[in-house]
Amino acid sequence: MVASAISMPDLIQSAAVQTIALRRVYQSRRESVVALDGIDLSVARGEIFGVLGPNGAGKTTLIKILVTLLLPTSGQAFVDDLDVARDFQELRHRIAMVSGGENSGYGLMKTREHIWMFSQFYGLSSRVARARIDELMERLGLTEAADRYVSALSSGMRQKMNLIRGLVTDPRILFLDEPTVALDVGAARDVRREVRRWVQEDPTRTVILTTHYMNEADELCDRLAIVNHGRIVAQGTPPSLKQQVQQDVIVDLQLTLGRDLLTELRRVDGVTAATVTQQDGADRFSLLLADDGVLTSVLGIVAGSGREVLGLQKRDPSLEDAFVKLVGRGMAEEEAP
Amino acid sequence: MSRPSALRIFVKTVIARAYPRTVGHARNWSWVVIEIVLPLIGTVAMVYVYRALRAPAEYTGFVVLGGTLLAFWQNIVFDMAGNFIWERGGSNLELFTVAPTTFTAILLGMALGGIFYTAQRAAAVLLVTSLLFQVHYRPAGIAPAVGLLALTLLALYALGMLLASLFLFFGRSAWHALDGMQEPVYFLSGFYFPVHSLGAYVAGAASIIPLTLGLDAIRQVLLPGTPVFLAPAWEAGLIALQIPAYLLSAQWALRMMERLARRDARLSMRWV
Repeated sequence: MVASAISMPDLIQSAAVQTIALRRVYQSRRESVVALDGIDLSVARGEIFGVLGPNGAGKTTLIKILVTLLLPTSGQAFVDDLDVARDFQELRHRIAMVSGGENSGYGLMKTREHIWMFSQFYGLSSRVARARIDELMERLGLTEAADRYVSALSSGMRQKMNLIRGLVTDPRILFLDEPTVALDVGAARDVRREVRRWVQEDPTRTVILTTHYMNEADELCDRLAIVNHGRIVAQGTPPSLKQQVQQDVIVDLQLTLGRDLLTELRRVDGVTAATVTQQDGADRFSLLLADDGVLTSVLGIVAGSGREVLGLQKRDPSLEDAFVKLVGRGMAEEEAP
Repeated sequence: MSRPSALRIFVKTVIARAYPRTVGHARNWSWVVIEIVLPLIGTVAMVYVYRALRAPAEYTGFVVLGGTLLAFWQNIVFDMAGNFIWERGGSNLELFTVAPTTFTAILLGMALGGIFYTAQRAAAVLLVTSLLFQVHYRPAGIAPAVGLLALTLLALYALGMLLASLFLFFGRSAWHALDGMQEPVYFLSGFYFPVHSLGAYVAGAASIIPLTLGLDAIRQVLLPGTPVFLAPAWEAGLIALQIPAYLLSAQWALRMMERLARRDARLSMRWV
């Protein structure tokens, strides 16, 4: 739905999303939690913009403010040049939201009926809606499930159905909140491919995506904001963010299981950041080191711990390394109390 | 593409939201037991209670009409107003909110979708119990009774929208409050006895629920010997006043509750 008074170049030049000192505090009787703390953001039209952060970073709160489900406590947010607090009724014609793992609809409806129902809330003609639904279902490989009850869909099929629901009304800006969470590799790839195709089809379309999958952010997003504790800690393209760890030496170290070493390794001079994950009965440490010389100190600590080294390799920086350096911990890692 | 008008979105929303309830009934026949057989047993049981107590014969008619209209009250409380809680649990409420439609249209769709089985339940209770207990109605009262029923339902569904605004904001707390109020409402509305028995003050206060007035008026026009609380014409007039009052209040309350819910994050926190 492009307003006829606005030309395409003008439309492309104005920001799709802009936030100014956006702040949101959740207030309860016992406590107040600052979910967003002064977010300044500008997303250009035609971009796939990722918001990356650990659980509780404020990603979903940001999306909920932008889609008019929540009011900001202070600051301003504009979507498609409309104030989310004041112009929310007009804005709702222009946006759509799809959340990962959402359980919308009614079990006794069939897939095609479910999507049709939501399209009617936007005033779409049934004929146009059915044609778009069939086209999108075919593209996402969901045609066979068109007449299946929603309650009988697998989680991958369900998420594809949700994405089609978001696309069928042809929004200008699509908000995706963890769209591939808990999906298998194939279904997640289909979802990403369709999102990319949808944006490329029309340069005025924009996608705002929250995720905590690094490879998804790296593969799909034109630009990213890394959010932690309600603040943006870094913004840029995936390559520019990786650039931040270009000077570091990145080492993957596999050790046999044993006592906690992470805290000790993080204290070593020259260890910029460190994370650990358990894989196949071993601890896999990712270490960002200031230079090669630091490795000697690291191996000294390992030797003192009695753990055995199963593997050691240097590798190129990834987005995850940049994230760890900026946030101070891995995506899946619980924050220290 | 031109923007669809608000009226078009309203009408399409009503039809679309009514659709799952309508097709749901055709796809799952368990509602016949839950919505028809069980309420029928409840009404029959109440008739036998009165008979065992040797109540006057006209009480059978009071119970039958009460049992018939009870279906509509339960429809607005549980299937319309209270349904917002379940819609929030399944994340539908978020999607309704971010769509350019209105809660009024969504609620109307829910009500129309639900009226299909509610009407069948009401008809089943009325027909089966009337035949079983040989209730005699005044033939001249049938047409006015239908008019009174239509008027009562309009007021009742407007009240349902007003109650829905409470569910939008208070969620499960409103559910518990309304659930706890069911028996007092059944009592005060005179579902199983003429509201006249409660005395003028209590019956007057209970008239805030359109069903109290509607049921009393319908009983008066259909059943000879119904004690008069207010003349049916007065009751019809009061119900007619309740319709715009509840509709306007519902519009205002839904808008205000949505604003408060957006402020306090109650549209998306599922179990508040």
